[in-house]
Amino acid sequence: MVEEIGTTTEGDLIINVGPQHPATHGVLHLVITLNGETIKKIEPHLGYIHRSIEKMCESLTYRQFIYVTSRMDYLSAHINNHACALCVEKGMQIEVPARAEVIRVLMDELTRIASHELWWGAMAMDLGAFTPFFHAFREREAINEIMEETCGARLTMNYMVPGGVMQDLHPDFQRKVKEFIILFKRKIDEYDELVTGNIIFQNRMKGIGYISPEDAIAYGCSGPVLRGSGVSCDVRKIYPYGIYGQLNFEEVLETAGDSFARYMIRIREMKQSIRIIEQLIDNIPEGDFVAKTKAVLKLPKGEFYTRVETARGEFGVYIVSEGGTTPYRIKFRSPGFSNLSALDHMARGSKLGDLVAMMGTLDLVIPDIDR
Amino acid sequence: MFITNYIKDVFGALKSLAVGLKRTGYYFTHHKEIITEQYPDNRDTLVMADRFKGEVVMPHNENNEHKCTGCTACELACPNATIKVITKFDITPEGKKKKAIDKLVYHLELCTMCNLCVVACPSDAIVMAQTFEHSVYDRSELTKVLNKPDSKIMEGIE
Ligand code: SF4
Ligand code: SF4
Repeated sequence: MVEEIGTTTEGDLIINVGPQHPATHGVLHLVITLNGETIKKIEPHLGYIHRSIEKMCESLTYRQFIYVTSRMDYLSAHINNHACALCVEKGMQIEVPARAEVIRVLMDELTRIASHELWWGAMAMDLGAFTPFFHAFREREAINEIMEETCGARLTMNYMVPGGVMQDLHPDFQRKVKEFIILFKRKIDEYDELVTGNIIFQNRMKGIGYISPEDAIAYGCSGPVLRGSGVSCDVRKIYPYGIYGQLNFEEVLETAGDSFARYMIRIREMKQSIRIIEQLIDNIPEGDFVAKTKAVLKLPKGEFYTRVETARGEFGVYIVSEGGTTPYRIKFRSPGFSNLSALDHMARGSKLGDLVAMMGTLDLVIPDIDR
Repeated sequence: MFITNYIKDVFGALKSLAVGLKRTGYYFTHHKEIITEQYPDNRDTLVMADRFKGEVVMPHNENNEHKCTGCTACELACPNATIKVITKFDITPEGKKKKAIDKLVYHLELCTMCNLCVVACPSDAIVMAQTFEHSVYDRSELTKVLNKPDSKIMEGIE
């Protein structure tokens, strides 16, 4: 008898799948209804990391609230900060100096590479390979060192401020980034040798966790998850912010819609990020790194929304201002939340063993989902 | 047809494994490219980046003078009430009352190293130190007074 997927009937096994990904250390737990080995339903349970960040932001000034967002998607800290800075700049109509714009994009793209590196290592480890994890961290370390020198931190930088960036680039920045580009181009081919071409990985990812373009849109997926289904959605291309409109890079698209497509998106996206960095690293304009702003920022009455493309997808900041020094209400649109909501749909009908690959290619960061 | 595909698959699989193993072999024979840091054994040689945000400190010169005027800009800038500026009134040589700091209390355990206080300080009185090993047995040891005992404000800082 074929039982209906999506319902629980007598005799079904309900299990809890606990920490599996380094980024889900005990804070994401999946309640899975199983019929034999077939997944009938998945309910993600969250809640242990909730910090009510949005509520907290209501008591922070426009300079202060930005740093909180580094603590949400800590692997895309720069890009989150960028979105908030953009929103305040939009409200106050602050002109950002050209040098700051270039620095911001450089930092964003380095962050994107670092985030995808970590994902790649963690993903391979989920599927049982340990070597890639170390290799990924080795290259990520080079980026972390660059960040540490210029921004003073490795994860929660708080480097972007309304009007520009907090400090000027470190004198070694250009040299180190150029060294990194050379190193990375050599290493990314190794990644393909180790994982991409490997038959075991391919068999475990191809055809697993399929989501159609229509369904992916319906679930509000964004970033590599949506683009893996062939839908063009790169915010940098469709709603360019900063100087992205003037840059030469491709929006990476794959059409298969399965885990392998999402894997390939991220691998190819890293190469595009390198391409962007190469265009900018020799052309950093001289000048101010931050615009002159008042000590106390006051947004005019109204509603402001900006969005950026983080390593995981579209991140949006929505500010409602009553004209004071603190926001009246803030809402963040985080990519991980919608991407996770599609997991149930992707996984129904597939085997429990394949769940790990599916979750891996969603690239979940839990504080980003449960704010 | 099935059998040719099967054989092709097997050969493809073996090839992909061999390519991966070649990489493993390469690193097995090239130890120099492995960059593991031996912390904490490398403490003596460990150099932190100049801008690394480890903790907020107030530099004093050789005459035990600092640059803090007690303006409380850092306290206002801090998002999580890490800094508390306690002010007092000094009597200047001319006999006038002048505001100065009594204590600048800093709660390291609350600090998120966001650097906002350092940027906000109009007289560059506080900076980020590169220390990062902050673990102690008692939480109260993390509450620090940044200005040294009997320190004075530097000449010419208003
Ligand atoms: S670094 Fe940030 S959290 Fe720490 S004292 Fe300064 S403003 Fe406060
Ligand atoms: S440290 Fe700087 S900002 Fe803070 S009270 Fe002293 S002078 Fe003012």
